[in-house]
Amino acid sequence: MNLEFTEEMVMLQDSVNKFLQNEYDFETRQGLSKTGVGYSEENWQNFADMGLLGIPFEEQYGGFGFGQTGLIVVMEAIGKGLVVEPYLASVVLGGLLIQRAGNEEQKEALLPELIGGNLKLAFAYVERQSRYNLTDVEFTAEKKGQKYCLSGSKSVVFNAETADKIIVSARTSGDNFTESGISLFIVDKNAAGLSSRDYQTVDGLRASELTFDNVMVDMDALVGDVDGAFSDIEYVIDAASAAICAEGVGVVTQLREKTVEYLKTRKQFDQAIGNFQILQHRCVDMFMTEEQMRSLTYLAAIKVAEGDGAERTKSVSAAKVYLGDARSIVGEQAAQLHGGIGVTDELDVAHYVKRLTMMNALFGDRDYHLQRFSQA
Amino acid sequence: MDLNYSPEEKAFQLEVRDFLKENYPKDIQQKVAKGIALKKDDYVRWQKILANKDGWVAPGWPAEYGGPGWTPVQKYIFDEECGAANCLRTVAFGLVMLAPVLMKFGTVEQREKYLGDILNSDVWWCQGYSEPNAGSDLASLQTKAERNGDHYIVNGSKTWTTHGHYADMMFTLVRTSQEDRKQKGISFLLIDMTSPGVTTTPIITVDGMHVVNQIFLEDVKVPVENLVGQEGEGWSIAKSLLMHERTYIAQVPRSKKQIVRLKELASKERYNGKPLIEDANFKAKISAVEIELMALEMTNMRVLSKLSSGDAPGAESSLLKVKGTEVQQAITALLMEAVGYFGMPYVKESMTEGWQEAPIGPEEASVLAPHYLDWRKSSIYGGSNEIQKNIMAKAVLGF
Ligand SMILES: Cc1cc2nc3c(=O)[nH]c(=O)nc-3n(C[C@H](O)[C@H](O)[C@H](O)COP(=O)(O)OP(=O)(O)OC[C@H]3O[C@@H](n4cnc5c(N)ncnc54)[C@H](O)[C@@H]3O)c2cc1C
Repeated sequence: MNLEFTEEMVMLQDSVNKFLQNEYDFETRQGLSKTGVGYSEENWQNFADMGLLGIPFEEQYGGFGFGQTGLIVVMEAIGKGLVVEPYLASVVLGGLLIQRAGNEEQKEALLPELIGGNLKLAFAYVERQSRYNLTDVEFTAEKKGQKYCLSGSKSVVFNAETADKIIVSARTSGDNFTESGISLFIVDKNAAGLSSRDYQTVDGLRASELTFDNVMVDMDALVGDVDGAFSDIEYVIDAASAAICAEGVGVVTQLREKTVEYLKTRKQFDQAIGNFQILQHRCVDMFMTEEQMRSLTYLAAIKVAEGDGAERTKSVSAAKVYLGDARSIVGEQAAQLHGGIGVTDELDVAHYVKRLTMMNALFGDRDYHLQRFSQA
Repeated sequence: MDLNYSPEEKAFQLEVRDFLKENYPKDIQQKVAKGIALKKDDYVRWQKILANKDGWVAPGWPAEYGGPGWTPVQKYIFDEECGAANCLRTVAFGLVMLAPVLMKFGTVEQREKYLGDILNSDVWWCQGYSEPNAGSDLASLQTKAERNGDHYIVNGSKTWTTHGHYADMMFTLVRTSQEDRKQKGISFLLIDMTSPGVTTTPIITVDGMHVVNQIFLEDVKVPVENLVGQEGEGWSIAKSLLMHERTYIAQVPRSKKQIVRLKELASKERYNGKPLIEDANFKAKISAVEIELMALEMTNMRVLSKLSSGDAPGAESSLLKVKGTEVQQAITALLMEAVGYFGMPYVKESMTEGWQEAPIGPEEASVLAPHYLDWRKSSIYGGSNEIQKNIMAKAVLGF
């Protein structure tokens, strides 16, 4: 057993962190988040040049083959830097879905392009009524001759605005809430009948509401087996959940460090407020949460890499429950311990808190995962 | 021990209810219900209606100054009915904070000059206590007022000034002497916001809104008649009114209304094909908050009952502040959780008047996460919850 990162991973970690330190200060991030598409194409190309877009993919498609462990390293850095580029949407959700469910032709056509930074993907799976239930798919795909006709709406699709292709989950048979009967299709963003309403999210990212009005796609738009996509979707959402737990670890680390630093410099009652033991204990709670979260995140990564089954489900949900706890133990406390300044838009801490808050809901909140854990 | 209202109290309750039904403007009610930002005009309009109704805008004022002279129970009933009717919270600075100070410490001239305008909402006040380096340790404030003939010359900076950009006047704590214990050199001064040397700059909070400000004071000339009480008496004046501020922050009726809102929302949202409110987990979480609120309400009534027998609020006001804000914060979290993914879209315009577009997901969902984030402030302002616990530790437990 060895729970340390390999030398390769440490190098990866160093290079991402260095890039973020040099090119990605908080003001730059805020600027990117507020203008246009919400991130920098130049950074995206830099990510491609650094090899970041190929981290989890197999070498035969131009990737590094670092799998879930590689993702953990990159995502933790993304959390630390509050990165707004569409890594989660395109590489983690879109890319992993193609790698797992796509046929050989699709993988060869799409993954090298994605890894090279020339193609971006988004994954549309949330529906107005679905909340966190991945089997609640009302969106339909109907076979018409040699084509499929896609109809329905998808919600809160991250980075759909700038994606070249959208992967969408649809019901091809069966009743709502059944696992079988769900299929995946890959659709051009500018397909006739596909319209989108784009917006900013609370944590400074971009998402869209998508409406598919009889969008016709060819048979080869199908990703994976007809009616059999559920386990692929579940896998990818688990992999992405484990990845955002790593992002959460990055966010929590920053919040803890910044709060500790503030408590050492902020003076009230003629002393650093860090002298008050109650505040020290709150920081210790943050520290303990951070370390426990890191442990569960690594465990989840290992179990995701091992494949399907109850162990994966349990460990991913466990990590996600901890991420939910971090919202209150770390996020709320970080704001509180900064006093008034902690609730201002000007302070970076407030934006880490926003990200942590939104991450609770992403891929199922604390309650959902606690329940899923207990039932797995 | 009797929880029931007397026949007179019941009659009063009906009178209030009817009055609100007929006179509370529907447009303001809609805004409050939807969590849309209120404008100065909304406050003024409603406060004037209440003022014209026998001084109802000032439940805490004695009749001799134009208040309704209600008993604590009547005040409670009024609050309760206002909460249930989604009334806007009247602005406390003049009505709840400054007015009692003027009644107790002000000169006859000051009372005559200011109280009427406060009652009629013709002059708006803000509270200039906090400074960049004087937050929890308010007594370390540095804004200086130097006597020069019949004026003070004021220099310094105030921050977190709520509604400073709306205000005509600011009541401040300033340092008039450096000697002695730091509390002793503080005085209570009223400053006209239009005086030369006063500048107000916005501070944008996490929800993207502008409610608080930083105020810079540069050689601001303030007539000595604007001093309240004696020079150096400012600290004890401020302390007496902070009790009022904290009790005001508890807001039990408002939280009750928020729970109604939460239940409505959770009944409309669906999860696994059923209303979210039927989900055992979510239901249990709502119940947990309701229990906290129930306890708080009863504690609040016990405090009121004690007050009617003439006692002043002590450490109880700290208890009400801490628990009141905890409940409020828990509700904002649940409201946000209720809408799942739809807490994520940020549509700033949806938080302001006149936004006509279709909502993204459930109606009003987009205000919920910003409110959750913004409401973190309630455990910080009015004396942070940590400071309240320190107060209780000293006053109640004797540490
Ligand atoms: C939205 C908003 C509106 C406000 N409106 C007004 C207004 O209108 N007028 C006005 O004058 N002020 C206003 N305030 C200021 C408010 O009263 C102060 O923010 C508050 O007193 C805390 O001060 P601070 O922000 O400087 O935090 P600090 O005093 O720096 O405190 C930082 C942290 O340390 C903790 N801490 C400090 N001392 C101790 C201790 N001894 N023991 C344990 N913990 C401690 C605090 O609880 C907090 O968590 C407002 C604040 C906000 C956020």
